[in-house]
Amino acid sequence: MGLLSLVTFIPVFGALIVLLIPRQNEKAVKIVSAVITFIPFVLATYMWGQFNYTMSGINNEAQFQFVQHFKWIPAYNIEYFIGVDGLSFPMVWLTTLLSFLAIIASWNINKAVKGYFALFLLLETGMLGVFVSLDFFLFYIFWEVMLLPMYFLIGIWGGPRREYAAIKFFLYTLLGSVLMLIVMLALYFNVKDPVTGGHTFNMLHMMNQSNHSGWLLGVDVRLWLYILLFIGFAIKVPIFPFHTWLPDAHVEAPTAISVILAGILLKMGTYGLFRISYPIFPDVAVKTSYMLAVLGVINILYGAFVAMAQKDLKKMVAYSSVSHMGFVLLGMSTFTDAGMNGALFQMFSHGMITAMLFLLVGVIYDRAHHREIAGFGGLAVKMPIFAGVATLAFFAALGLPGMTGFIAEVMVFIGTFSVYRTLTILAVLGIIVTASYILWTVQRVFLGKLNPKYENISEISGRELFTLVPLGILVILFGIYPIPILNLFRASMTHLINLIP
Amino acid sequence: MDNLSSLSYFVPELFLSAAILIIIIVDLLLKEERKIWTGFLSAAALIISTFLIFQQYRLSASEIFHGMLVVDSMAVLIKLIIAVSTTVIILFSLPFIKTKSEYYMLLLITTLGMFLMAGVNDILMIILAMELVGLMSYVLAGFTKRNLLSNEGSLKYILYAATSTGVMAFGFSYLYGMTGQTNLFKIQQALLANPPQQAAFFIVMILILAGLGYKIAMVPFHFWLPDVYEGAPTPITAFLSVGPKAAGIAVLIRFFTTVVSHSAPGAALSFLQNLQVHIPMLLAVLAVLTMTLGNVVALRQTNIKRLMAYSSIAHAGYMIMAMVVFNAQGYQAILFYLIVYLFMNFGAFWVIIIMTQKLGSEEIDAFKGLGYRAPYTAVSMAIFLFSLTGLPPLAGFIGKFYLFSAVVKADWYVLALLGVLNSVISLYYYANIVREMFLRTTETQVDIPVSLYDKVLLTLMLVPTVLFGIYWNPVLRLTEISFNILR
Repeated sequence: MGLLSLVTFIPVFGALIVLLIPRQNEKAVKIVSAVITFIPFVLATYMWGQFNYTMSGINNEAQFQFVQHFKWIPAYNIEYFIGVDGLSFPMVWLTTLLSFLAIIASWNINKAVKGYFALFLLLETGMLGVFVSLDFFLFYIFWEVMLLPMYFLIGIWGGPRREYAAIKFFLYTLLGSVLMLIVMLALYFNVKDPVTGGHTFNMLHMMNQSNHSGWLLGVDVRLWLYILLFIGFAIKVPIFPFHTWLPDAHVEAPTAISVILAGILLKMGTYGLFRISYPIFPDVAVKTSYMLAVLGVINILYGAFVAMAQKDLKKMVAYSSVSHMGFVLLGMSTFTDAGMNGALFQMFSHGMITAMLFLLVGVIYDRAHHREIAGFGGLAVKMPIFAGVATLAFFAALGLPGMTGFIAEVMVFIGTFSVYRTLTILAVLGIIVTASYILWTVQRVFLGKLNPKYENISEISGRELFTLVPLGILVILFGIYPIPILNLFRASMTHLINLIP
Repeated sequence: MDNLSSLSYFVPELFLSAAILIIIIVDLLLKEERKIWTGFLSAAALIISTFLIFQQYRLSASEIFHGMLVVDSMAVLIKLIIAVSTTVIILFSLPFIKTKSEYYMLLLITTLGMFLMAGVNDILMIILAMELVGLMSYVLAGFTKRNLLSNEGSLKYILYAATSTGVMAFGFSYLYGMTGQTNLFKIQQALLANPPQQAAFFIVMILILAGLGYKIAMVPFHFWLPDVYEGAPTPITAFLSVGPKAAGIAVLIRFFTTVVSHSAPGAALSFLQNLQVHIPMLLAVLAVLTMTLGNVVALRQTNIKRLMAYSSIAHAGYMIMAMVVFNAQGYQAILFYLIVYLFMNFGAFWVIIIMTQKLGSEEIDAFKGLGYRAPYTAVSMAIFLFSLTGLPPLAGFIGKFYLFSAVVKADWYVLALLGVLNSVISLYYYANIVREMFLRTTETQVDIPVSLYDKVLLTLMLVPTVLFGIYWNPVLRLTEISFNILR
């Protein structure tokens, strides 16, 4: 069995192991889950060591790494085809890291423990599968497999409005994916396998325009398919008119699940655009790029302003995600070297920063049992270490130089400025709004006089620090020296940009 | 083929007839407390006839009894589905119906009728076979004598069936008048030789669709279904949702492939386009209406049996959708869907059967907290429901995938789009049951004991539902070899 398959499927086998542990033995369930999520992380790190930085991937199977390719359902040309390139590998690594940390952050779950950890492990396989699949059918299966555990994780272990949030998330994302199903089928019947001449779900064949049938080359047809696919991904990102599921899901989900939602699931939307929409419909992508940039700017400004208006700390963080994902959209709409790499770097960086923010909100909620920003004040007096880590995370989120958020945003702006000048200026205004809501939040929560209610609040625990510190270190490390990450992207991104006319 | 040589093509049906007679005699000899043996015997008879049906895959497709019936691989597959479904229903009923052997006999006779429906090739035979199935079903639907709802359902069923069969028979009489034939193949040739008068043929189509549509609960001929489903004993509800539906679909496919479209290349199109009324478009509209009505009305149900009734209307809609394309791929997708539908639908019904018994209520509310009181059952139920929604990696998704892919392949994009949007709607009411089971809890969490027999049956339904979602190549092969349809 290949290394990549191991990484992908270890969690789901782990889920079976967890189910076999007796119900009373909660400690064992947690420890086993932690060990099981740690193994893929170690393997993924090992793969990083083995990673060949010069191989580009994207539309050439020979350029993919850790490939596994064999027939699954021969009667319908469905294949088990996985592999990584510079586009997917950073996300795979990040997924394994965040999953491990999220398991640690789930230590205080005490309701139906077995179910929680088993579902979580199933979710991890779903996420990893999405990033490694190169067969559209397989991709779709993994994409949908994530929904079920997510529904239960929000619906059973979430906050007071969890039922509403869970079903809303489920319906929205299912709506997106069934649209994708139509596109997938349309592509299947209109792309021929260059070797056998039959239909194929192989994404790489779909990317080769000469395999497209005459019908699929029609301008209107391509635009429609692109739009359907785009809505599917836009719901996941979420892009402005489709974002309403996000605040509900994020706020109601338990801490660790918010981390996964914001850290990984949101990235799948933009990953899908990079992996599927762009290479398969490059011409339409160019034609619609201005719209994408506008949507990106709307996301940035709308997300930032709405975040500023929030009274609930977690909701504020949730809307800041909407805003930050806008930078990814803006960057990827430029097709410039800096913009595209910046977008991908923002995906990676935001995955870490937003994970930290949600973890921090979780820490504070566990102690105070509320999240009203106005209800705190002066917490830095009683929780200096916590305040220090939190300030670091918040500054990373507002794009302070020396941290990853800054690198990503600067790259995006460099890429965009030459292409869409006005939009860039508007987006930069978004930074100011971001800075203001973040600084204002820091001030209201940590600074000033200590709220007497929290005289006896306890300092952040070792376990909680353990989930935060690695992310903090990475945010600073890659903020000062981003080359290792950028090197991962480079070959693939250059190749992708060349594919686009 | 003449009557005598036809008999060797008629072995499963002959065996089943003999078995029914023997069971009637055995019933007379058994004491009250031993009557359950008739149930065991019925199950055994069905299992044997399943093997006999399997043997029929070796026969070459042919018309038997002077063209009254055909034996081809589609008939064989439909019979297999029917035999398996009745076997499962008998297993479902054994714990509950221990003294009334007529129940099992009625089930067997219905099965015999459905076997005939699977191979009908003559308009008279269509009426005979459908009536045989229908008559037994009315009795079964009203089987709980003292239950008012059951009586109501049964009466509605009879009235509705009588009307729609009458309408259909009237349509057949027109068809006979136009062609002078009752055999479907001969009707086809006559229609090709002398293209019918447009308006008359359209009326014929509508009249006949009323009869066939009632059988598979196509909108607007679905009104009987929710009441019958709610009133009938739950195992019978499950039975009605798969077996007769499969048989009805077989008749529909046969009717379409002969009277409406033509198999010869090129001829199919010209044959269809002879009509001013675009039959595929008509069917597409009916399919969308059927699934949308089923799904939307299901949203507001609080009784779980009524909910399953509307869900089964919606599923009939999905199957009709694939019929629109009038090609082998569409029909194969339907056959595939019937197979997975059998397992997931029976699985869900089995949970409903055992749980409504134990909870003493058919309301969805009663399932509250079931996930913590009977975890294995509740998790299985969730899997069945999500499979019915069509979520991967479960068999229901693969089934729907083939239905949609047949539709997309024939460029019916709008239809496919409406179909997938319907899937999204259906998620809401299926997830509603899951929500009651897992997201809500009761005050006192008392474990509900589930017997080993219940669990074994549950697992028997669960394994295919999960397995065919991960590896379904064998089923796909089976449906492929099962469409050497005689036409």
